[in-house]
Amino acid sequence: MNVLFEAQNITKQFANHKALDEVSISVPGQSIFGLLGPNGAGKTTLIRIINQITAPDNGRLFFCGEKLQSRHIEKIGYLPEERGLYKKMKVGEQALYLARLKGLSKADALKKLREWFEKFEIQAWWNKKVEELSKGMQQKVQFIVTIIHEPELLIFDEPFSGFDPINVNLLKDEILRIKENGGTIIFSTHNMASVEELCDHIALIDKSKKILEGRVKDIKKEYKSNTYEINYTNRQKDLIEILSNNFKIIEQAKDEDTLSAKIRIMNGKNQNDLLRELLPYVSIHSFNEILPTMNDIFISKVRENE
Amino acid sequence: MNKIILIIKREYLTRVKKRSFIIMTILGPILMAALFIVPVYIAELEGETKLVGIIDETGLFYDKFRSTENIKFITLDSDLETAKQNITNEDLYAILYIPKTELSVPQSGMLYSAKQPNIVVKGYIKNIMRKEVEALKLSASGVDPDILKSIKTNINLFTIKMSEGGEEEKSSTELSMAVGFICGILIYIFIFMYGALVMRGVIEEKTNRIVEVIVSSVKPFQLMMGKIVGVAMVGLTQFALWVIFTLIIVSTFMSFFSDEISSYQSSQLKIHNEMLPVGVNVNGGEIPSENIQNTLEGGDINESVISIFESIQSINFEVVILSFLFFFIGGYFLYGALFAAIGSAVDSETDTQQFMLPITVPLILSIVLSQFIMNNPDGPAAFWLSIFPLTSPVIMMIRIPFGVPYTDLYLSIVLMILGFLGATWLAGKIYRTGILMYGKKINYKELWKWITYKN
Repeated sequence: MNVLFEAQNITKQFANHKALDEVSISVPGQSIFGLLGPNGAGKTTLIRIINQITAPDNGRLFFCGEKLQSRHIEKIGYLPEERGLYKKMKVGEQALYLARLKGLSKADALKKLREWFEKFEIQAWWNKKVEELSKGMQQKVQFIVTIIHEPELLIFDEPFSGFDPINVNLLKDEILRIKENGGTIIFSTHNMASVEELCDHIALIDKSKKILEGRVKDIKKEYKSNTYEINYTNRQKDLIEILSNNFKIIEQAKDEDTLSAKIRIMNGKNQNDLLRELLPYVSIHSFNEILPTMNDIFISKVRENE
Repeated sequence: MNKIILIIKREYLTRVKKRSFIIMTILGPILMAALFIVPVYIAELEGETKLVGIIDETGLFYDKFRSTENIKFITLDSDLETAKQNITNEDLYAILYIPKTELSVPQSGMLYSAKQPNIVVKGYIKNIMRKEVEALKLSASGVDPDILKSIKTNINLFTIKMSEGGEEEKSSTELSMAVGFICGILIYIFIFMYGALVMRGVIEEKTNRIVEVIVSSVKPFQLMMGKIVGVAMVGLTQFALWVIFTLIIVSTFMSFFSDEISSYQSSQLKIHNEMLPVGVNVNGGEIPSENIQNTLEGGDINESVISIFESIQSINFEVVILSFLFFFIGGYFLYGALFAAIGSAVDSETDTQQFMLPITVPLILSIVLSQFIMNNPDGPAAFWLSIFPLTSPVIMMIRIPFGVPYTDLYLSIVLMILGFLGATWLAGKIYRTGILMYGKKINYKELWKWITYKN
């Protein structure tokens, strides 16, 4: 897979703390890359370095195989977490200004803005002042000006904050469509559900260091604990009496007519061995492997790092 | 470069289109013009003649009061009591009663009036009485008033500056002071008004949280410079419009009222001349008495007019105008950068106080010391303050009309440019870090850290 963006051994020292310590990430093209980590881990610093807002003390950055330089700014779109617009300026005027700062010509910028305003059904806002719009409306305008110059790399820092669920879906669709059309997205968020939904790859940064990176699927597989959940009915024996010590019951629960349990498989046994031991005694309604959520992985990795 | 022009354009257009800018641009000249027009207009209004009745028991003064445009004197035949009763019937503004005294020369009078008498009327009456009494006393001691008049002398002290090449030119200290002070004050106002505008612009970008969006497209330094230049152009536009509008309003007014004004002035002059035999000066010197004396002494007036023109020529206006433009713009840029740095370091305007102080002190000091500098335009204090970049915009402009050695001027200009570069470099460092810093109380130690950051 071709790599669109790569950071190697990035170190950034502020006066009294190290924001990034030898962090390397590699973002494949046409994918969504989740940049995760607790507050103050160094994500924003890394994002600012990618945007050339601040420079690293050490380390190298590559964009499309070239050394990252200022002309790449126009190929990157950035929606910062701290975002806003000039309140007294008219929406259209402002969108045009921001689009032109990204290097679009006036005619191009106007044409594209009109298309996007139509798509988001916000043409009527063109001549309104920003302060007349609600926060969600402002966010929409902000999203448009971030992607208006069709950058190869998009960086979204908490893009969904301030949106209602309908607009969150609108945005998710747009982000997925950008990926379909060949775009690459770095996506920083604390919302693990949206990470599972959108991201192909993630990197986890904690205490200025990268502690995890890889494909979401691979990571999940790696961190699965061989735990299965069964729903069953059983009139004779308790599970503890049935199962050998190759299996550990983590949790048991009782519903109105079925019972359920979470069982971890140990000692190199597999799920078929478990079924084999269960079948003579219980009738099984469902049988699922429990994969760890990104939330679980996040929490356990960060705890481990303490 | 293209982007910095975009930024300048936005900074300029959004401000120029603001309602407050338009209102200030229109109001400014009206207020300025009012300064010229209102006094003239009020004088016109006061034109109604006040009737003052005189009861002079001494018989010494009644024919000495000559009516003017504004005050008419009539001698009353009735006694004081009836006159007092008739004051309103006879439409009298006031009654002047000079009682007989035992002294050879009366020294007091009483002015009865329905309302508190006008200070001009009071001054006029007192003046005439004083002159008359003085004349009486002089003649009593045997001095002829004509002799006294002949010994009154007006001294014209021409100041002539000699250049090293031996050329001589007449100069006027007063004129140099006026030119220098006006230039200094203009620079001071411009720096403060528009420097603060830069600072507010930076704070606005910070509190709106738009700054990070923008610095992902342009360098922070470009954003800062774009703002400073854009605001400078707003300021220059406003100043230019003010000058033009003020001139238009004043000249329209002058041409409209010119007849009345000139007649007003000539009537004043006439009074002076009429009164001169007893040496009376109406309205306490509203029109300089030298003029009249010059008229009397004949021919001298030409000389003094010529001397004023010669002193105007003695000021090197090319140097004044060019240095004014330089220090006007240079000073603004120097301070503008510092104001931008302050704006970037704080979260709201209320936090700016502690950082404003070191910047405003040199500026205010320049104005406070201006009188001292005008008295000693070549002293060591004037020299050092006029080359130090934070004070030179104001102090150098005060010195220049007095004539400044070119070495001083060039030194000041070079240091100004260096100061500007240094200030922008420093401000750029603070700005770059400051605009992305929220919710932190910043002190000088913190600023120093920002300055010493790499990149």
